[in-house]
Amino acid sequence: MKQIVITPESVEANYWKDLWSFRSLFYFLAWRDVLVRYKQTAIGVAWSVLRPLLTIAVFWVVGWIFNLPDEGVPRIILVTAATLPWQFFSSAFSDAANSLIANSNLLTKVYFPRIIVPVSTVIVCLIDFLISFAILVVIMVAIQYTPGWQILLLPLFLLLALVTAMGSGLLIAALNVKYRDFRYIIPFVVQFGLYISPVAFSSSSIYNNQHIPVALKFIYAMNPMVGVIDGFRWCITGGQIQINTNAFVLSVMISVLFLVWGISYFRKTEKYFADII
Amino acid sequence: MSKPVITVENLSKSFTLQHQQPVGGYLALRDVLTDKVKSIFKPGKNRDSTTELFWALKDVSFEVNQGDRIGIIGRNGAGKSTLLKILSRIVAPTQGKITIQGRVASLLEVGTGFHPELTGRENIFLNGAILGMNKAEIKSKFDEIVDFSGVEKFLDTPVKRFSSGMYVRLAFAVAAHLEPEILIIDEVLAVGDAEFQKKCLGKMDDVSKSGRTLLFVSHQMGTISKLCSKSILMVNGSVAKYDSTPLVIDYYLQYSSNQIEKIERQDGFSGNHFRAIQMTDKNLFPKQEYSFEDEISVMVKLTLPDYHPALELVMRLVDKNKNAVFTILEKIDSLISSTKRVDLLVTIPSNFLTPGRYSWMMCINHPMVKLFDLQDDILPFNVVDTGSKFAMYEGDSYGNVFANYSINKI
Repeated sequence: MKQIVITPESVEANYWKDLWSFRSLFYFLAWRDVLVRYKQTAIGVAWSVLRPLLTIAVFWVVGWIFNLPDEGVPRIILVTAATLPWQFFSSAFSDAANSLIANSNLLTKVYFPRIIVPVSTVIVCLIDFLISFAILVVIMVAIQYTPGWQILLLPLFLLLALVTAMGSGLLIAALNVKYRDFRYIIPFVVQFGLYISPVAFSSSSIYNNQHIPVALKFIYAMNPMVGVIDGFRWCITGGQIQINTNAFVLSVMISVLFLVWGISYFRKTEKYFADII
Repeated sequence: MSKPVITVENLSKSFTLQHQQPVGGYLALRDVLTDKVKSIFKPGKNRDSTTELFWALKDVSFEVNQGDRIGIIGRNGAGKSTLLKILSRIVAPTQGKITIQGRVASLLEVGTGFHPELTGRENIFLNGAILGMNKAEIKSKFDEIVDFSGVEKFLDTPVKRFSSGMYVRLAFAVAAHLEPEILIIDEVLAVGDAEFQKKCLGKMDDVSKSGRTLLFVSHQMGTISKLCSKSILMVNGSVAKYDSTPLVIDYYLQYSSNQIEKIERQDGFSGNHFRAIQMTDKNLFPKQEYSFEDEISVMVKLTLPDYHPALELVMRLVDKNKNAVFTILEKIDSLISSTKRVDLLVTIPSNFLTPGRYSWMMCINHPMVKLFDLQDDILPFNVVDTGSKFAMYEGDSYGNVFANYSINKI
């Protein structure tokens, strides 16, 4: 028979074992969010395609009006390759960060490893991303654009986006339980992030600009989403858009750092969630 | 002697009380930062002036054997819910250790995690998973659950369109089909109609008959005495008594009689005609909580106004809705001998008042002439269900008195 020992420290002791025994809850919470998301909407799941599609249209038109450099790649491909991962990151980050508060009734009434809640919201956003990925496929077919072999590496960059969203999402979710200030910081991060990430422009226009000081370029490259979006573009354009290797390594390091920090802070604070939420 | 499945050793839980609540009830980062800054400039100031440790549980130890049905009783704030939350691992203890053998399922609320937009069918799966069942388990019990709940017609309707009764029935049905070794339940029976409550109690009976352990928190002594063989009385975060249920309930009734209302006034002032009045047992021992099987006594010490043969003592018993249950009307003439002081003991027979909360209105009256010393809403007392045949209908209104009737075949 299974033995459970509860002490002030016990939450840490058998954490991963517990997580495994509650694995079906990942599925059910994600399943609930998917089911609920488009209930009582007229066009249903089409929203998960329509939202990125409108964003893509806006950036496409803006790029065309200001004649932003396209480096010889159809602009629509350039814009789509950046918008899709950005949309994934922004929704995964903000949903995960708000998930604990949104499920506070669960947290105070039943036990399960708390990390399941934000992780399952990220899974939901991943599903949304996969659906919206159809946009890119349709565009490529429509303009008869053939990607190179590099597109096979796309899952790696998706993983990087996942790590970035998960790490920052977990950190903010845990902080949000204690300090509701973060509720107001989240939309700001998402909005500001869009301006400093290469969604509307391309990274090469930053790196190759002699007027921008190196220190500023360094700070720019610290944004993990720069690595993700550059990577997506590199994969989809068959290497036509270059990745700055040093900058990319920096992005990955920052991303991993966030994940480690996020998980460790989350685990350190989660046993008090039910007390203070 | 079976071995203990739950061992609780020196369990304590403290909360930090903040005397100056931040605006909006939440801790804001701003407050933390300004506090930090303040403490730099005022290093001598003791921070304990704004925070205080509150011990919700203090040094709690007990053991529960396999197959036991344990009731946990106590007043609001005695630490019952905190204990359950620690046992079900929702909150972490501050000190101490608990060892549990087997899988625990806790029902602190009916329908935890129900989503209003989802259909009944979907919620069965979701709720089952949240309570710790896996998909195969839920599937195999699905029909039983639906059958128990009696809402099969509405399975594909979003639960937001359910009546509250249907909602509760479905939620309890899922919970009732959990098969953990240890089941922890907090007052969930307080909802639903009587027929369904009966069904739930039956189900809980089955649970314990199959050798599983049950921990049940309730205010309803009647349900506890029907269901639980042993009980724990919590007082101010500690275990005050852990024994067989009737003994614990007796102790509880006795214990809670310590802070009872007692009216004693200076004799001789004009208008002060009730010198002392108090609820007691028949031996004049002060009491406030009665079993429905107890005789209920009230001691009344009077100083009479100027004598008149028409003077009456009026005592009206009112229930919690302020409806009169009965009125005692006695000519004072028949009570006194010669002095102006008289001490009386009024006794209501046992098995007469139904469980509930009552209070008194008392006055001395000279009909149509003068009302002397009217005391309204005094001496509240409780009649507690310690296992009447109405126990499972506790909370429902089935009248204020047990009728003395006869039923014969004709």
